[in-house]
Amino acid sequence: MRLFNSLSIILLSFLMLSPSSYAEEVHAAVASNFTTPMKDIAKQYEEESGNKVILSFGSSGKFFAQIQNGAPFDVFLSADQNKPDALEKAGAIIPNSRFTYAIGALALWSSKADFIDNNNARLKSGDFNKLALANPKLAPYGVAAMEVLKGLGVTEKTRSKWVMGENISQTYQFVSTGNTDLGFVALSQIMSKGHIKSGSSWIIPSDQYSPIRQDAVLLKKAENSAAAKGLIDYLRSDTARNIIHSYGYKTE
Amino acid sequence: MLSASDLEAIWLTFKVATTVTVILLLIGTPIAWWLARTRSRLKGPISAIVALPLVLPPTVLGFYLLIAMGPNGFIGQLTQELGIGTLPFTFWGLIVASVFYSLPFVVQPIQNAIEAIGERPLEVAATLRAGSWDRFFTVVLPLAKPGFITAAILGFTHTVGEFGVVLMIGGNIPGQTRVVSVQIYDHVEALEYDQAHKLAAIMIIFSFVVLLSLYSFQRKNTLWGAK
Repeated sequence: MRLFNSLSIILLSFLMLSPSSYAEEVHAAVASNFTTPMKDIAKQYEEESGNKVILSFGSSGKFFAQIQNGAPFDVFLSADQNKPDALEKAGAIIPNSRFTYAIGALALWSSKADFIDNNNARLKSGDFNKLALANPKLAPYGVAAMEVLKGLGVTEKTRSKWVMGENISQTYQFVSTGNTDLGFVALSQIMSKGHIKSGSSWIIPSDQYSPIRQDAVLLKKAENSAAAKGLIDYLRSDTARNIIHSYGYKTE
Repeated sequence: MLSASDLEAIWLTFKVATTVTVILLLIGTPIAWWLARTRSRLKGPISAIVALPLVLPPTVLGFYLLIAMGPNGFIGQLTQELGIGTLPFTFWGLIVASVFYSLPFVVQPIQNAIEAIGERPLEVAATLRAGSWDRFFTVVLPLAKPGFITAAILGFTHTVGEFGVVLMIGGNIPGQTRVVSVQIYDHVEALEYDQAHKLAAIMIIFSFVVLLSLYSFQRKNTLWGAK
């Protein structure tokens, strides 16, 4: 009995210690490619609004399945347009809340300095061990990479060297660990504050692939949440846009 | 009903799991034998190392294998010295990673079975002038057979169900590293739930049949042993 009492006191104190000083909590599911900018944006939003943002990062496909099965998210930032569109058709979002929060840019990257100049010469020469790209079936960055390869007429020539990541984070890992000489990654992964962080890269002109539009939606669960609506609006603010641009994304 | 790439993934998974099980029995048996019979101080540390893959989440294990087997890692440098290039994104890279990942599942049942035999039967065999190899094949192997069968079942099924490690070091190459678990994941991520359900159902039925036949075999076997 005494043990039971002390246990309940401990449990009660946990409850009391949990942060309740915030006005409201927002749960956001965020595509992994947008991890770093979203952390910055959420921090700014928390400071300005006093609300608390709880971020979950992962693949859009998994979030889609989770949301359809009752996951407690208010906001969903997808890596593409298909999943928000499918959710809209299924009536799982607040009507008219869907918009493009970022347009991704593609880069060919090597972790080795001076391995590529800012052009397609290395890719065309075939002088590399392997080429990492995101699986085009799953990731919009993979679709864009395929378009670039096709445009250069090197799809068949390079096919035997392809290594596919399940998503753009994994593709980045293959290149950054040196397992592949080259890889198509998101510009946002190798860029910080307007500069390429390491290695060498070709920032691919945006006319060589279709725009990688990433859509955000307000989910049904957020119907009565001012904080969730506030976060979606904040994504369109100048502060948020500046953060988004500094990681190499464009906006509309 | 199944697409060509689904069938390819099933065949590949079967090939990987079979190869890994054979290799694990070959290297797991001496390790288990040594662990079961040694009085060395190294027994503790070696047992702990064998059990380590159980602790690390598979994707984490896979990530470090990717680094270790990559061009700058110690395994990668060794394989490059030997002139076989680097292992990630190849069939044999998958085999090496799976062997490491499934090792405890094979070593521990064999070790337990050998420990259960004890010293006595071996001493008796020795007085009958059986050499050490003879003792192993005519005494240990038959007596520890259930342990070996359990080890093979666990090694095989654990490799079939492997996902995180393959995801990290595989690179999703058809016929090389795109196993069933990855193929199902791809279907789910692409919102092709129908194909995912079909493939998952086949995987479950197949595994159930394999396990059922092996366990019934094992049961019969121990009954014969009891006669």
